[in-house]
Amino acid sequence: MSALSNSTWDRRNVLRAAMGLAAAGGLAACGGNNGRGGGASGVNLTQYFHAYGEQGTEQAIKRYAKAYDKAAVTTQWITSADFESKLFATLLTDKAPDLFEFHPQIQLVRSGQVADLTDIVAPVKSDFNPADITSHTVDGKIYGVRMIDDPQFFFYRKSMLDKAGVGVPTTLDELMEAAAKLTTGKVKGLYMGNDLHSVNDTLIWSAGAQHLDAKNEIAYHTDGVIEGLKKMRKLFTSGDLLLGAPTESWDPSSFTQGLCAIQFCGMWAMPAIQEALGDDWGVFPFPKTVDSGKQSVYNGGWSMFVNAKGKNVDAAKEYVKWLWIDQKQYQEDWATSYGFHIPPRTSTAQKATKLKTGNAAEGVRLFNEFGHFDNIGWTQAMRTAFEDVFANSVRKNMDPEAALDKCDTVVNRELKKLFG
Amino acid sequence: MSATKTHDLARPAPAKASPARPRRGLRGSPTLNFWLFTGPFLIGLAIFIYAPILWSIWLSFFDARFTVTPDKFIGFDNYTYMLTNDDFVGSLGTFTVFAAFIVPTTWAFSLGLALLVNRLRFMRAFFRSVFFLPTACSYVAASLIWKMSIFSGVRFGLMNTVLGWFGIENIAWLADPNPPWYWLVIVSARLWLQSGFYMILFLAALQNIPGELYEAAAIDGAKPGWQTFRHITLPQLRATSTAVVLLLLIAAYQAFDEFFNLLSKTTWGRPPLVELYYKALGESQDYGAGSAGAVILTVLICVVTLFQGKIMGFGRGDESK
Repeated sequence: MSALSNSTWDRRNVLRAAMGLAAAGGLAACGGNNGRGGGASGVNLTQYFHAYGEQGTEQAIKRYAKAYDKAAVTTQWITSADFESKLFATLLTDKAPDLFEFHPQIQLVRSGQVADLTDIVAPVKSDFNPADITSHTVDGKIYGVRMIDDPQFFFYRKSMLDKAGVGVPTTLDELMEAAAKLTTGKVKGLYMGNDLHSVNDTLIWSAGAQHLDAKNEIAYHTDGVIEGLKKMRKLFTSGDLLLGAPTESWDPSSFTQGLCAIQFCGMWAMPAIQEALGDDWGVFPFPKTVDSGKQSVYNGGWSMFVNAKGKNVDAAKEYVKWLWIDQKQYQEDWATSYGFHIPPRTSTAQKATKLKTGNAAEGVRLFNEFGHFDNIGWTQAMRTAFEDVFANSVRKNMDPEAALDKCDTVVNRELKKLFG
Repeated sequence: MSATKTHDLARPAPAKASPARPRRGLRGSPTLNFWLFTGPFLIGLAIFIYAPILWSIWLSFFDARFTVTPDKFIGFDNYTYMLTNDDFVGSLGTFTVFAAFIVPTTWAFSLGLALLVNRLRFMRAFFRSVFFLPTACSYVAASLIWKMSIFSGVRFGLMNTVLGWFGIENIAWLADPNPPWYWLVIVSARLWLQSGFYMILFLAALQNIPGELYEAAAIDGAKPGWQTFRHITLPQLRATSTAVVLLLLIAAYQAFDEFFNLLSKTTWGRPPLVELYYKALGESQDYGAGSAGAVILTVLICVVTLFQGKIMGFGRGDESK
């Protein structure tokens, strides 16, 4: 009698065997290589990063984590478009990461989502860019460690501007004229992203305004900003703006592939642009929009936060201190080996030789001279409300005054909830 | 009737239960069987559907910002906020435009496909598969293909390349709302994605129409083609058509993926779910307002569905037609 026909192999036994195998497989998976490093203390930490566009960044972050021997650090590399929503949703659950990168925003502090990192930053506070410390401070406590500063400005093709007889624009009117002269059959004069949101903040600063004042009240609703929005509408409908590009403005592809002569992008794109265009490019800040305004540069960047509601707050803080305060060689590698970023630590920035010459040095100069940092009181909801102003008044032709009034309603609701 | 008698005579004798081996377990108790088979699904339904709905209703009465376990009761404030928010109310208008486009278009297109495929004599299975395959495609993947390859605003986008052959300038299909070309992109994407599924429903219904009806009509002098389609096929498809329209309407209400991926960061072209995501959930983390909006939307969907069912006779028995 064959084994298969033996009465002991009835359906019930087959089911039991299958379930046993499944359980054994599950147990085997628990004990096997799950992709984490070998933490000596047995502590497991999870960190969230948005997907950087530059080659090698994911490997670098995982390499740093692997070198840490006091905990096993797992990295989740999340597609940029999903990062904010996934992070915020996960922070409400037991699956929340122990550490995550984001921008300083007060609602994270007020809702108790981020841990106080004053004790690990204080000893080296004087070595950090003071503006970075300010932008992470609430009621005297520091809630994040800046990893990189990312100045954002316009990149332009020198040869195209020379050929069109156009100088580097310093006012929004000049930028509009330049865009018109640079537009040809196959090349558009200017690209600022398909939704234009990359220049939301710089438009406010270049009009001489701020997002919020010192009392945390609305400061963006000014005549200068309204004038700037009207000019942006004119530019949007001029036909000189690249629209519908396959990649957004954070990616330099539209510029390097010759779809536009001028593109708004970040300093991180410099190595890729240098490789594609050689020395045929330069950078300039967002021009002033009205006479009373001033050229501006948005100093974006990313900071590391510790989830205050996580299970391993102390271990996470220890890891943040190890990587983003003690390990200066990793910080310099992270800031200059892939895309170009400015290290927020003065001592590290001074040693970064790649940022001392050419357009990189010019980018650092623009950062220092025209740079504006995040306001921790300007939350994601407020940011979205102001994006709607651009969508409504610039792209959809709503009266800018009415669009700003609508934004005021949302922002005031936020301010009331945050500051009373 | 003899047929009944024949049936009775042909019925096999009931199997006798063995007295030595009492029936137990799966074969023994219908009640146990019922719970054994439906229990896991009911538990899943309770945990993943009913509990979140109840939690959402509870949240809608609280100031639930950055938390799903709030403690500040605010009554109907979230409902007032959502109902006075012109963007949320406007999203219902967006839905109406979308439904007005997509429901009749998909109905007609999928019915047309079913009629074509039903008449095929050769390679019937091949064509059914070809038209059905897009149903298996992710809405997100299709949106990205539509956005980056077909309706890209630059000169090497497929549509702009074709237009270029006729000397027409590049069109920014999705970046500029004037004129609202984005509707063409959205409707064509969804039409491609869902027509195959409804084609299958119509195909099944077409194959259930008795051939005698067409034969009788032919004898009575009805011309094949439009006359037969109008007076026989279409009335026979009434129940399926009603179900298809109902499903299409519900699917239109639930539209999210293609709008979110094709029109990110706009204030137009936001159906209710996208509006809820931007205004109250997602990055804003206002789960109270989001839940209030979800409750309003659910009530609205129920009312519209019942009304539509009443108008079209969905669920009525044959005798009441």
